[in-house]
Amino acid sequence: MATTRQAGALGHRELGLSDDDVLAMHRCMLLSRAVDERMWLMQRAGKIAFIISGQGHEGAQVGITWPMRKHHDWLAPYYRSIASVLTFGMTAEDIVSAHLAKGDDVSSGGRQMPGHYGGKPYNIVSLSSPVGTQVLHAVGLAMGAWVRGDDMVAMTSFGEGTSSQGEIHEAMNFAGVHNLPVIFVCENNGYAISVPLAEQVGGLSVAIRAQGYGFPGVTVDGTDPLACYAAAKEAHDRARRGEGPTLIEATVVRLTSHSSDDDQRRYRDPAEVDALKEHDPIPLFANRLRDAGLLTDALEEQLRTEIKAEINEASRRAEARPDPDPATAERYVYADEAP
Amino acid sequence: MTELNILEAIRSAMDEEMERDVNVMLLGEDVGRKGGVFGATEGLFAKYGEKRVLDTPLTEAMIAGAAAGAAIYGLRPIAEMQFADFSYPAFNQIVSEISRMRYRSNGTFGLPMVIRMPYGGGVHGALYHSQSNETYFTSTVGLKVVAPGTPADAKGLLKAAIRDPDPVMFFEHKKTYRLFKADVPDGDHLVPIGKADIARPGKDLSIFCYGYMRFCALEAAETLAREDGLEAEVVDLRTLRPLDTAAVLASVARTGKALVVHEANRFGGFGAEVAAFIAEEGFEHLDGPVTRLAGPEVPGVPFAHSLEDWFMLNPAKIVEAARKLAAY
Repeated sequence: MATTRQAGALGHRELGLSDDDVLAMHRCMLLSRAVDERMWLMQRAGKIAFIISGQGHEGAQVGITWPMRKHHDWLAPYYRSIASVLTFGMTAEDIVSAHLAKGDDVSSGGRQMPGHYGGKPYNIVSLSSPVGTQVLHAVGLAMGAWVRGDDMVAMTSFGEGTSSQGEIHEAMNFAGVHNLPVIFVCENNGYAISVPLAEQVGGLSVAIRAQGYGFPGVTVDGTDPLACYAAAKEAHDRARRGEGPTLIEATVVRLTSHSSDDDQRRYRDPAEVDALKEHDPIPLFANRLRDAGLLTDALEEQLRTEIKAEINEASRRAEARPDPDPATAERYVYADEAP
Repeated sequence: MTELNILEAIRSAMDEEMERDVNVMLLGEDVGRKGGVFGATEGLFAKYGEKRVLDTPLTEAMIAGAAAGAAIYGLRPIAEMQFADFSYPAFNQIVSEISRMRYRSNGTFGLPMVIRMPYGGGVHGALYHSQSNETYFTSTVGLKVVAPGTPADAKGLLKAAIRDPDPVMFFEHKKTYRLFKADVPDGDHLVPIGKADIARPGKDLSIFCYGYMRFCALEAAETLAREDGLEAEVVDLRTLRPLDTAAVLASVARTGKALVVHEANRFGGFGAEVAAFIAEEGFEHLDGPVTRLAGPEVPGVPFAHSLEDWFMLNPAKIVEAARKLAAY
């Protein structure tokens, strides 16, 4: 059942996407990258303690999250999901505030490390650090919708390293048993921190494992947001029809080190690292938009100017937010302790 | 009033809450068609259907993790671990996720869910069907931990746990399931979480206990009264977290002597917390050493009858410990 899609000609109208849609997808990828890069700058300036990046994953995240209905469906993301959460409604200011650990940060009020996305107003489940735990939450959300008979689809994402965790097996098996409305997204960037795919994934394919659970597994070029959108749209439709889960494995590149505490040149061939830029989804998609006559230099310039202003404003507002007050640190352990 | 045993009381609590609130659902291994390996969910599958009484694969992490997801979605899941001994695959979900979801989301995501677990020995279950592992959970901030010892408490506390906005670990001592019947109030009977119960008043020493130990401590108190003229006060803690510290302190103030009894092993056990609390806050009331009577320091309950009898606490062992403390 595992099939492979290739990046191809734009063909967005055949997928039901308008010109505005694909330009909006491009803009979302640009925004995600720009926020991500700003976080690194702020980290180097000593304002942010830690960064875990999504650079290189934007095409997959924007394309795959695009069919999800905001404030209706649910997302259980992982620590690289910056473009996914932006696509699903979070703002640049939310992301910067979380990285600065501000007291009114929507994800955790400054309690969690950067990259631990979540937000009740956005139907994004709060994420922890032990990898793979969120996949069961997505399955539980889908189970809840199935029990109630609701039209809701849960999506969860994780890396190929996490695909080895036992909880992933438990989650996929159970989702397969009951045909739960859930989409499993494995963003395969080839490295679990320093350990390459060949030492992590027996058989080298995560997608093919879906066959054992009785639902489709699809491998997509994660640098192609439209191929990703097509796979996710089909998965979303399937889930809504009651036909059950889909596993999408999106092959992506990790353009940065694992985190700000890591240096990938210690374990990756420098030539390999340099070559990653050729697979950067942002210029690849921009070039296709240009070839299709949808993106001009003027429009590109306008987008970049807009986004820069948006991030400057987001950063200014986030930095002005209050730090958490230690007097509040014991709040929200239990419900009855809510102020 | 209706006479029920603890198993019937638990079933009746779930039945009433499922009837009252369509968001309440059960999931676990064999909870559906079979009605649970102990029969706690008998009849509920037929009454509420296969989705609300859901037989799961053998996947404890999934049971806990999916229950958490369903709770986020707005349901009130009751997850059953078939035995407390088998809860460890779910430990990551319970400790990393369920206990701290509210805190880490700055109060925005609460998890109204219950994890029911049969625990305890005395039923020939050996090392892996007999564990009293409550301490792993009582030491986890963000969980509530309940361990009833009577049918009325089992019913009232389980109903309260199901309605609670926070995750509750509900420990059911399997030896008590059919041990005795007792009156359970009719109607919507709720017992508040966090309140101890004076099972028997006394003036000479306090015995702090929970679960099956309540039954044993009451028998011991009877013997002490009859044979020694000692009036032991039996305090059934009922909820381990949050601990009813006011009730503990008040009892020690009345008796001046504290014996803490539990089946789990002594070292770092729940009794250590109770004892330390009494030592810190009730020192001026004490006229004897705070004493613990606990299960032995072996990794589990051994199987052979002779070995299991050696392991288990019983009324005679409590009497012996109480006499020694009373004589101090």
